[in-house]
Amino acid sequence: MKHLTANEFATKYKPLVGAVIAIALIFLAPAVMSVYSLGLLSKYLCYAMVAIGIGLAWGQGGMLTLGQGLFFGLGAYVMAIHMKLEDIGPNQVPDFMSQYGITQVPGFWELFRNPVIAVIGVAAVPGIVAAVLGLAVFGRGVRGAYFAILSQALVAAFAVLLIGQSKTTGGTNGLNDFKGFFGYDLTDPANKRMIYYICAFLTLAMVLIVYWIRRSFIGNLIIGVRDQENRMKFLGYNPASIKVFAFSVAAMFAGIGGAMFVPVVGIISPSDISVTPSILMLAGVVIGGRTTLLGPLVGTLIIRFAETQLSEAYPSAWTYLEGLIFILVIAFVPMGLGQFKGVWPWIKEKLGIGVSGPVKAEAVKA
Amino acid sequence: MTTSRARKIGARLGAAACVLAAVLSTAGCGWGRTVAEKEAADAASDGSTNAASCVDTSGDTIKVGFVNSLSGTMAISEQTVSDSLHMAVDEINAKGGVLGKKIQVVQQDGKSEPAVFAEKAKTLIEKECVAAVFGGWTSSSRKAMLPVFEADNALLFYPLQYEGMEASPNIFYSGAAPNQQIVPALDYLKEKGYKKLFLVGSDYVFPQTANRVVKAYAEGNGMQVVGEEYTPMGSTDFTTIVNKLKFSGADAVVNTLNGDSNVAFFKEYKASGLKADTVPVISMSIAEEEVSAIGVDNVKDQLTAWNYYQTLDNAQNKTFVKDFKAKYGQNRPTSDPMESAYTSVYLWKGMVEKAKSFDVDAVKKAADGVTFDAPEGRVKVDGENHHIYKTSYIGKIGSDKLIHTVWKSDGPIKPDPYLKTYDWAKSLSAGVESN
Repeated sequence: MKHLTANEFATKYKPLVGAVIAIALIFLAPAVMSVYSLGLLSKYLCYAMVAIGIGLAWGQGGMLTLGQGLFFGLGAYVMAIHMKLEDIGPNQVPDFMSQYGITQVPGFWELFRNPVIAVIGVAAVPGIVAAVLGLAVFGRGVRGAYFAILSQALVAAFAVLLIGQSKTTGGTNGLNDFKGFFGYDLTDPANKRMIYYICAFLTLAMVLIVYWIRRSFIGNLIIGVRDQENRMKFLGYNPASIKVFAFSVAAMFAGIGGAMFVPVVGIISPSDISVTPSILMLAGVVIGGRTTLLGPLVGTLIIRFAETQLSEAYPSAWTYLEGLIFILVIAFVPMGLGQFKGVWPWIKEKLGIGVSGPVKAEAVKA
Repeated sequence: MTTSRARKIGARLGAAACVLAAVLSTAGCGWGRTVAEKEAADAASDGSTNAASCVDTSGDTIKVGFVNSLSGTMAISEQTVSDSLHMAVDEINAKGGVLGKKIQVVQQDGKSEPAVFAEKAKTLIEKECVAAVFGGWTSSSRKAMLPVFEADNALLFYPLQYEGMEASPNIFYSGAAPNQQIVPALDYLKEKGYKKLFLVGSDYVFPQTANRVVKAYAEGNGMQVVGEEYTPMGSTDFTTIVNKLKFSGADAVVNTLNGDSNVAFFKEYKASGLKADTVPVISMSIAEEEVSAIGVDNVKDQLTAWNYYQTLDNAQNKTFVKDFKAKYGQNRPTSDPMESAYTSVYLWKGMVEKAKSFDVDAVKKAADGVTFDAPEGRVKVDGENHHIYKTSYIGKIGSDKLIHTVWKSDGPIKPDPYLKTYDWAKSLSAGVESN
């Protein structure tokens, strides 16, 4: 009848403990933060969802995707179309359409009027697009830099398409001026808090899904394809379908992040999804450490928080500071903050402290 | 798993659940009011919203916010607006401030992205608690900020001429409405006997809406639109378009291209042998700043439509130009958006002094009829649609890189963002909801 020490308990039930801590933090935030800060945190979480997906596709699967804005945008536009239709009611058109003399909303708008279809659509549309795209390119063995360039070109093309079809997409203005989120008034702080909870729990769910994938057999396959694609082929696996799986999951995460971005920020436009924002979606993953589970999440939260703080404090100089941070990270910690994971055991070894085990144990006791 | 271990874990989980429940109850969970409830509440109140304002009026300073793109593609243009806004504030502070309070500026960077404008507007209103916000340039930045200002019942002063079809109760538009820029330009062309128009513009909302106005005007005034071409933003290939223009039989061009595209367009126009005295181009987005960027040789003698030029001959403008150059450098020109931004600060001051309060609802109520002797001439606020009465000037670009007035409207024109007072424009405003 051996009693578990806190350390052993934490090691054995690591995901459970982590989830409990995460849930506690999620509920703590609204108690200590203003509605304004909570809105910013919700926005960071939307980007974190994209980053978690990138962590899976790139960190685990080796697919450097420079075009997650495409999937982010698909999810966001599906949500935005639904919210707009909900605001204006049946048989009406948004004001930008009536300026063009359009009297009936187009078919792809009508599709997402139904809330259930819209909710499914924010994940399904990007997921399906990614799957079709993945089958087309991974089947032909497109990988590495070629894939990165292709993904970037696609997101650029998507932005051009949105601008070109301004009669039905709102063009450069995008879609904005939303009143409600599934009928709830967006200006009410209580509703903003609920939207934050949705963002937070979606993020947590995505971390747990990635955790499960990493531990499962399919996680091994994904890493196998990343490191030795040909060997996997000889073993009888189809690398293309494994890649399509990881890529589609990442796309769905990005789509959901994009969908939540709309009620949080209140606007979606081509400039939120095109090439530069897509690369910035990658920045948090790089800084946090792409191969770790929590690196993309933590890195994104840090870099987005830093961006807000720096741009508020130094509006004319912050871009240089942000650039400097990237240079320093790439130069000194190329694998991101995840690299520091090994520092603590290393220090303890040097100091001759025998006890090993995650630092988190302390948090559990408290 | 032994029972003791299970119990232990159970106890720990139970403790965690208790903590969670405690946090939950303090954090407050659950949905708030619905859109329907909000609309009912709005309808029940007398129109003045009761959104809590955090503006601090107790000290001897009052905060205002500027939001301009200091980075990104719009930075070159928007920096000039930020400069002239700062100049206006410095002048007002030197003369004792507003209602005895010195103005303290909080500058934010809009990063040339609409979503960032929305975020920074929120920062200024909810975190910095400013009494009013000045800035924005592109229509998309304004459209992105509009819901923020309406939800928080705050004030935005937007300095650019724009496509109209908007009148938010929380925005004051100090730039031209379509009937103060586009319509006078067409009146001028009509007066000079031009009948066949060719339209060229960048592919976004301002050119498209402007050209819808042009087409409606042409139809109602015996003119003809012989071609309409759009290019993506930043496009530099105009061979085809200029070719089409040359063989369209057009006798004038209405140009709503933005930025770099103008350089390529005017070079191609010149190379094809077209001339300003036979097929003139009247531009809606080329001000003094852009003339030197495009190259004065390419645009010499072409026409522009604005509400202000550096060369305007009046005392206010002479002081404005002199002070601006003294502050920011002798080679810096002054242009319409800058002048309009500068004017907007003084208009806000006028409204606050008339209301004797910084309160948003009081300022809105006091706005009607507030005047200012601006560098462009006397302007007056229209309390109904929040635009201002402005004089329209058609100018010709000179070899000195400046624009010289060749025609002006008979005094300030009443703003009409929805073009409701024009018979030929009936089809345009139909279906557009005005509030």
